[in-house]
Parts: sequence; structure tokens; C-alpha cells
Amino acid sequence: MYAAIVFLPLLGSAIAGLFGRVLGARPSELVTTGLLLLSAALSVMAFVTVALGGGATQIIPILPWIQSGDFSVDWTVRVDTITAVMLVVVTGVSSLVHLYSIGYMNEDPSRPRFFSYLSLFTFAMLMLVTSNNFLQLFFGWEGVGLASYLLIGFWYTRPAANAAAMKAFIVNRVGDFGFALGIFGIWAVFHTLDFDTVFKAAPALVGKQFIFAGHSVDILTTLCLLLFVGAMGKSAQLGLHTWLPDAMEGPTPVSALIHAATMVTAGVFLVCRCSPLFQLSPTALTFVTVIGATTAFFAASVGLFQNDIKRVIAYSTCSQLGYMFAAAGVMAYNAAMFHLFTHAFFKALLFLGAGSVIHAMHHEQDMRKMGGLWKAIPFTYTMMLIGNLALTGVGLPLLGIGFAGFYSKDAIINSTFAAHTSIGTYAFTLLLVSAGMTSFYSWRQFLLTFHGRYRGADGVHHADEHSDEPLAEDDDHHSEDHVQHHLPQLSEVHESPLIMLVPLAILALGAVFAGMAFNHYFIGEGAHEFWRASLVVAHGEEGALPLWVEFGPLAVTIIGFLVAYYFYILNPAIAAAMQARQGLLYLFLYNKWYFDEAYDFLFVRPALKLGRFLWKRGDGTVIDGLGPDGIAARVLHATRGAVRLQTGYVYHYALAMLLGVVALATWFMVSGGVK
Amino acid sequence: MSFPILSLCTFVPLLGAAAILLMPSANNARWIALATTVLVFALSLVVWANFNNANSGFQMVEKLNWLGGGISYHMGVDGISMLFVVLTAGLMPFCIVASWESVQTRVAEYMIAFLVLETMMIGVFCALDLVLFYVLFEGGLIPMFLIIGIWGGKRRVYASFKFFLYTFIGSVLMLLAIMSMYWYAGTTDIDTLINGVHFPAAMQTWLWLAFFASFAVKMPMWPVHTWLPDAHVEAPTAGSVILAGIMLKMGGYGFLRFSLPMFPSATEMFAPLVFALSVIAIIYTSLVALAQEDMKKLIAYSSVAHMGFVTMGIFTLNHQGVEGGIFQMLSHGVVSGALFLCVGVVYDRMHTRDIAAYGGLVSRMPLYAAFFMVFTLANVGMPGTSGFIGEFLTMLGAFLHNSWIAIFSATGVILSAAYALYLYRRVIFGALVKPSLKTMKDLTPREIALLAPLVVITILLGIYPKPVFDVTTPAVAKLIADNKTALAMDHAKKVAEIQKRAGQ
Repeated sequence: MYAAIVFLPLLGSAIAGLFGRVLGARPSELVTTGLLLLSAALSVMAFVTVALGGGATQIIPILPWIQSGDFSVDWTVRVDTITAVMLVVVTGVSSLVHLYSIGYMNEDPSRPRFFSYLSLFTFAMLMLVTSNNFLQLFFGWEGVGLASYLLIGFWYTRPAANAAAMKAFIVNRVGDFGFALGIFGIWAVFHTLDFDTVFKAAPALVGKQFIFAGHSVDILTTLCLLLFVGAMGKSAQLGLHTWLPDAMEGPTPVSALIHAATMVTAGVFLVCRCSPLFQLSPTALTFVTVIGATTAFFAASVGLFQNDIKRVIAYSTCSQLGYMFAAAGVMAYNAAMFHLFTHAFFKALLFLGAGSVIHAMHHEQDMRKMGGLWKAIPFTYTMMLIGNLALTGVGLPLLGIGFAGFYSKDAIINSTFAAHTSIGTYAFTLLLVSAGMTSFYSWRQFLLTFHGRYRGADGVHHADEHSDEPLAEDDDHHSEDHVQHHLPQLSEVHESPLIMLVPLAILALGAVFAGMAFNHYFIGEGAHEFWRASLVVAHGEEGALPLWVEFGPLAVTIIGFLVAYYFYILNPAIAAAMQARQGLLYLFLYNKWYFDEAYDFLFVRPALKLGRFLWKRGDGTVIDGLGPDGIAARVLHATRGAVRLQTGYVYHYALAMLLGVVALATWFMVSGGVK
Repeated sequence: MSFPILSLCTFVPLLGAAAILLMPSANNARWIALATTVLVFALSLVVWANFNNANSGFQMVEKLNWLGGGISYHMGVDGISMLFVVLTAGLMPFCIVASWESVQTRVAEYMIAFLVLETMMIGVFCALDLVLFYVLFEGGLIPMFLIIGIWGGKRRVYASFKFFLYTFIGSVLMLLAIMSMYWYAGTTDIDTLINGVHFPAAMQTWLWLAFFASFAVKMPMWPVHTWLPDAHVEAPTAGSVILAGIMLKMGGYGFLRFSLPMFPSATEMFAPLVFALSVIAIIYTSLVALAQEDMKKLIAYSSVAHMGFVTMGIFTLNHQGVEGGIFQMLSHGVVSGALFLCVGVVYDRMHTRDIAAYGGLVSRMPLYAAFFMVFTLANVGMPGTSGFIGEFLTMLGAFLHNSWIAIFSATGVILSAAYALYLYRRVIFGALVKPSLKTMKDLTPREIALLAPLVVITILLGIYPKPVFDVTTPAVAKLIADNKTALAMDHAKKVAEIQKRAGQ
């Protein structure tokens, strides 16, 4: 049964991918969606048996994989509580996204390919979460990256989509660089990659050191940090986040599944899965908290002024992932997992809701061309309202009643406060401020889209567009359609078909009740019983928090809403004037702190230039000049009887350089190797 | 002596070549060549089927007196060489089919050249005598030289000249080394040299360097790699497949067969140099690949980078590194061969390798795009493809040896994703706007038959590489154990010498 959960989506993917053209689009959709629903049903059973029912950890061997000398890794399916939680999230959201896509992608000519990719993604994600060792996890890790690459670039005729797909893959590879080194290190230290064995052996290594990169460093801290670099890439944390907003070039259901609910949470999953390791390294935990909290703040600040409806949600995702890491860093792994769980519902809901808006708006994503849509698409409006309430974490602190995000987000903020460390305070402050910003950008987006005056009828070409937005052209290619689209009149804006609305409704149920229903198990008194050995549950009872901490998140949320309401409903002129003035802070935030520009300047261009230089000068002038061409030239000189020693000037210098490089690198290797 | 299956594998292609001489029409030549190579492939599978995985020594040995004085015709395979025989025999039919339509001039001579080449290459991997090895190793250059020089592109003369010049210098040095080994040991028998002869440490140094010169060029290692891009660019598709798929592996095979077991102390001494060159190769050529405008050149540079992982792995002298190096060679043989076939597919249609001449092919050639994607992913070492396993194990081995090497080489993994996906994006993705591409046809059944088996192998080996490891593990274990013993011996000798000197 457990193996079937993982392999049914692969079967669906293979059928749609290999025979899609023969079968046709509709059968491909039905097969993949059907198999996923089956997989989801089995996942729920697994969740009930293993997580809620307290069943034993299931480890099912599939095949041997790599066996080289004493190195041995197998394909296995492992199901314990943390896996079961992920199974429900992944197959649940994935099957709903499959359903939704039947409606959303209705007009696309290559639907079999799309559904094949979606199922392939789900398979890879399931391999990731059911892994029993680091290497299979890495397989799933790369597999979801591949599926993400394929789906971001799904509309391959558009340059922006191709660029975004490539960027996602390569930036993730930077993270994988760390992850892979972490895996090497784990094997070098533990001589196994199996989770249980590694975790069991880890406590004995506290305080021990090994040689890494020529330095004697703490083993566990180094390993955790390397693994965390991988997590930063996949979960789009500060520094390696740049791919996520661009990933919005993919179809919206993809954004909901991969770039909100599942794949991007893989990093959080990794840290929580390895909580027995991280637990032993306070330094690594501190780093995780700092990165998480800073990302939460950074992404929320960038989200404040974005105009693309999907990008707002993308930055919101980035920010919420930061919350999860911040929690993990203060050892509240269960709070991190809880937020992962609830976030999957409401963020998928928000994305799919946004997709419904985009669908209704004939593939327009610019919120400046929306407004007043609530009358036209009331159902979507309600769904988005629920999503926003859940995201901003609305609830009543003392009574403990609220939307899903209320439980998990407040748990995170509280746990950072309860950590009572300077880092905890740093995180607490940033997270609290971010909660306010979250509220602002969420309601700004909501109000711009659904309330106020409908601005789409003004036509595609605003007279003032170029004057008020220097980057307007840049935004244009972010919209989902590659042909110049015609915005509908408000009366033409229609609600999406039922097959798209049903998944919304189901997710909305989750967004409302997931927190209430599972609060007890994830972070309440039942936590130890629920997680058992699959996760380190550090503190069961946090003790009473000061009242202002309890009410803090709610207060900043209300403030955020009021500010948004003031600027975008009561006094839209002020907001417009502020944007038009292009203040420094506004530009800084609007341009995402200039990360892309900096990376382009620091890495992309130099790499290409260096490549050209090494090719033309290194290979051409130096090596060929000295080698074959040089010899040929020398022979010619000699035959002419004009052997002049000084002809080799440039070559001599070049040779000296070449030898120098080799000598230096060799020295590095030798000196680094001293054990 | 049992049935001479290895000699049969080696010399059946020559029989095929003779048959073509008798019936030299173009069509006959094609069919005879195909039949011969398929037969040889079947024979190589018989070799595999009869191979005893538990035996770490040489098997299916044939030994005949040849030149006298310790020089014999000695053939045999072990866990290191056997799969290269299968790889060579396996790739050959693909080369013949790939040349079916694209080669139209002097077809008979072309097929003969390939069959002679096959004899040489299979012989290299089976030879257990230094002289025999040398003859076949160098003999293989001649048909390849002709293939590039006659059926190559515009700058074929320059390319084959360069190819010749590089390999020539290496060979001369190797020949000198072989001669001095003979004078010292009185035999050129490889089995004896590995298991019974121990060269003094000082002599090892020079022998190692001489062999290194030859193998480093073949591999090719930085900075003696510049012949490869030119040779690839000018070679016909099938020539590139053989060049990348088999001929490059002769260098790596040479390290495993000679340098490691015969010159252990020198190997230990020079390992840091090899690491440095490997790491430079990985980073340097990946960067260069990023800047390429010619599809074949890009893949050629990526081959140099991948061979960097091989040399790095082999010289770690631990099980994972060495076995990873072997696996990487086998995998790269399939994957790079397939990539060159992929380039050949569009080259046959457009007669240009300029990346800029393409774009948006997926619209017209979805099937081609899918195949190309799989091989691109294997090339970037995606887990689940064969490319991952070799890369992973070599880096793991490197990490165990010295984490710096692993750190540097791992940057190559980032860069490989960059250049491979950049190529894919420029050729396959995007809108199809160039008028010349509007009539492109997707893969023909012949081309599907070419690429589909390679896709299957790539993925199968990535998910279930056990059959390969079953073959290689005992031989690699023996290699490393022998190496350790020999090193210990040399160390003991050195210590004894020092003590003696101190005592005097």
C-alpha cells in the first residue's frame, strides 16, 4: 500500500507522457488525476494508521541502488509521522491541482505533457518524503527540481519562461552543491546514509572535529550547515531566493502545487527530518533562525509593492518559509511542520484563487488593471477572502479559535519569544513586523483586485503607464499570455467552471479548520504521542506568555489591514502619488533589493566572460600557441633559418602563468590534504 | 586453453572488413558492417555472460608465443576491462546505423576504417601484453586519423594534424617506457608485471610520467585537451561517437591497468598533480563550454570536464573513487555518444552546428526534444540517470581523500547545469521563427531506433547499476588492496634504506 502511494503517480506520468498523444488529452487527464486521487486516498489511510493511530514506522525495501565497496544505498519507502504528514499534504494538494488544471488548462494544446509533468513532480516529491536515507532524498530533491524546471518552462515559446526555468534549476544547483557536500561528509563520518543509524550515532560526535576544507571544524555544525545550504536553495531563502518569483512564469496550478504547497517546503522538511542532527548544533540552529527570520522580513518587504498578483503570493510564500525556518531554528520543529501543513492549504488556495481571477481576466495578472471584481466572481472572492484570513492568521488569542494560519503562525512567533535568547528576540521582532507587512500586502492585493473601481476597461495601454512605472515593460511579459490579450469588460468577467471551484472549496475547508482540528496533535498536548521518534519535540509546554505577546500578532495584522484599507480604498490618490514619486525606499523594495542585478553583475556575466576568455586566450593563445600551433610555427622558423629566441615572449609569460596555476592548485591539494 | 572468445571478438571485425573488400558496393558495405558489428556485440554479451564475477583476476585468458623473449600474444579480461569490451562492441552498431545515410562518399572504405578501428579498440581492452597493447593502442589512431581526415568537415586537415601531433608525443614517450620496462623485467606480460614485478621507486617516477604523457593526451586532461574540440567538430557523427565514447576511455583504462598497479609509489607521489589538473579541467572547461557557439564543441568541452571527474576518482585510490571513475567512463561512453548522435540528427537536416542557427525545435520535433532532454539530464548528472552515479561516487571518493577536491569539483556540477541547459534552451526552446527550421522533420524510425536503446540504458543504469558494480567490485577491491601492499613495501624499503644510511 505504501509503495503504491509513491508509484501510482509515476505510472500516471508514464502513461500520459508516453502515450498521451495516442490517448488524447482527456483520457490522459483522467488517468493521471484518477491515479493521484487513489494515491491521496491511500495517503489519508497511511496518515490515520501511522500518525494518528500510533502505528509503527514502516520501512519497505524496493531495490538495491548503489553498492560500491562498503558504500551501500537502497531504494526504500519509509513512512513515519513526519512522512505521513507530508504524504497527505503532497497527494492532497496535488490531486486537487490536477482536478483544477483540467479546467484551467482546458485550451492548452499540450495537456498530456502538462499532466505527465505534474504527476512526475508528485512522484519525485513522494520519493523525497518517503526516503529512508539521504541519497534517495537527494534523488527526490533533484527530481522535483527537474519537474519544476519543466513546468516553469512549460510555455516554451516564451523567453521569460525559459529564462526563469533555467534560473530555477541553476540556483537550486547552488544549494545542491552544499547538500551534496553534506552527504559526502555524512558518509565520511558515519559510513552510512541511513537516517536512523546516522541519528543514533550523532550524539557521540558532539564537540568532535574533523578536517574540512583544510580546517579543523566541528563535525555536526559543518554537516548541518551544508545540508541547510541545500534547504536554502530549495526553499528560496535569502540569497538563494531569486528563482522563486521568476518561477511564476509557470502556469498558475504549478505555482500552487510546486512553488507554494510542496516543493519549496522540502527544505523545511529536510531540517525537520534531520532535527536529531540540528538539535545537537546550537551554531547551526542559530544560523537557521537568522536566515529564516531575515528572509521572512525581506520577502514581506518586497511583497509590499509588487503589482503582479502572483508575485505578491510568491513573495508571501518565500516569507512564510522563512517563518518555518525561524521556528525550526529555535527547536520548535513541530511548529515549523504545523505551519508547513496549514500553509499548504491556504497558500494553494490563494494561488488557485489567483488563477481563477487570472482565468476570469483573460490571463491578465497586473492588479493595476483589476479592481471591483467581487461582483463578477463572488465565489472566487469568498475563497480569496478565506485564504487571506488564514494567511494573515486571524483568530482570537485567548479563546484559541481562528483560521489555520492563526494557530501555526502564532505558535512560531511565540516560540521565538519563548526561546529567550538574543537570536530568539531578533527573530521575534522581525517576525512580528513581518506579520504586519503580511497583512498589508495581503489586503492590498485583495483590495486592489476585488474592490474599488474596475480599471481593466481603461484598455491595455494606459496613457500614464510608462510615466508612473519605469519597469512597466518588464512587467508586461510576466502576464500569462504571449499574444497581446484583450482585457474583458467587467460584465464579461465570469466565474470559473465548477471543476476549478470545487478544489478551491476543499482547500478553503482546510484553511478554515486545519488549524483547529490538528492543533492538538502537532503542537498541543498530543504532540509527543503524535510525532514520536520522527521529530524532535523539544518543549511540550511553553508556560504562560505575556499578554502583549499573545495579542501582538493580531494587533499588527489589524494595523496592516487598516493601512492597506486607508491607502487603497479611502485614499487611493496618496498611494498613487507615493508610487509616482519613486522614492528610494520604494524603488529598493520594488526592485527586490536589487538581488538579481547584483547576481547578474557578480556571477552571470563574469562566468560568461571568463568562459570566453579561457577559450580564446587560454585554449587558443596559450595552449595551442605553445603546443601544436607553436610547434608548427617553430618548425617554420627553423626551416627559414631564422631562429630568434625572443619570438617566444608572450608564450613564455603565458607558460609561466600556466605552470604557476598548476603549482598553486597542486599546493592547495597537498596542503589541504594534511590530516 | 578454452574457446578463444576474446580473439573472436577482436578479429571478427577484420573478417568483416575483408568481406567488404571483396564486395565493395556501398550498400553491401553498410549491411556487412552492420551484420559484423551486431555479431561482435552478441559475442561480447557472451563474454559478459561467461564472466565470473567472483574472480578478481584475468579470465578467458589466451596465451600464444608471439615474438619470443617474454613477448607473447596474451589476451584476457578482468572486472575493469570487460565492460569496456561490451561498451565498444555495443556502440559500434550505432555508429554504423548513424552513418547509413549521412556518409555517401567512399562508403566501403569508411566502413572498413570503422571495422579496423573496432578490432584495435577491443584489442586494447583485452591485451595482456605491453607490446600487443602498444600496437593496438597506437594502431587505433590510424583509422581515426583517416576518418577525420577524409570524411571530416572543412578544417579536417588541421584537426587531424593536431590530433596526431598530440598523441604522437605521448606515444613516443610511452614506447620508451615500455622498452625500459622490458629491459628491467625481461617480460612485457602485463599479468606478470602487475602481480610479480616491483619497479624501484625512482624508476617508477619516470615510467609513470612517460605513461602519463600518453594517457593524459588520450583522456584528454587539461592542458593537453585542445585537440579534442577540433577533432570532434571536424569528425563525422559516428567518428565523434567513437572518439568520445571509446577512445577517451583508453586513457582512463591505461591509468587503471598500468599506472596504479605497476607504479604505486609514483602514483601516490603524483596524485596531487592529477587532482589539480582534474579540478582545473572540470572548472575551466565547464566555463569554456558555457561560451561555445558550436554544439559539438560544447559537448566536446563538457567531455573534458567529465573526464576530469574520472581522473580525479581514479587517483583517490579508494574504492568509491576508482569504481566511480570506471562507472563514469561507461556512462559517459553511452551519454556522450548519444549526445553526438543527437547533434548528428539536426546536422543531417541543416548542415550546421551553429547553436545560433537553431531555436524552438521542440515545436517541430517534440520527440527529438524529449530524447535530447534525457541525455542532457544525464550529462548534468541528474539522479536517476547513469550520469549521476559516476559523478557522485568520484566526488565521494575525492571527499574521503581531501575535501578541497570535492568542493572544487562540485562547482563543476553547477556549471554543467548551466552550460547544458543553456545549450538546450537555445536549440530546443523558444519560438520557432527561423524560416529554415519551419520544415524540420521529427525523428525518423531509424533515428528512433538509434536513440531509444540509449535512453533505456541511461535510465536503467541510473536506477539499477548493480550489474555493472557486480562486475567491477572484485577487480577494484584487488587493485586497491594490491596498491596498498605495494605502497607499504616501498615505504618499508625507504625506511630500511634510511636506517642503513644512519647506521653507517
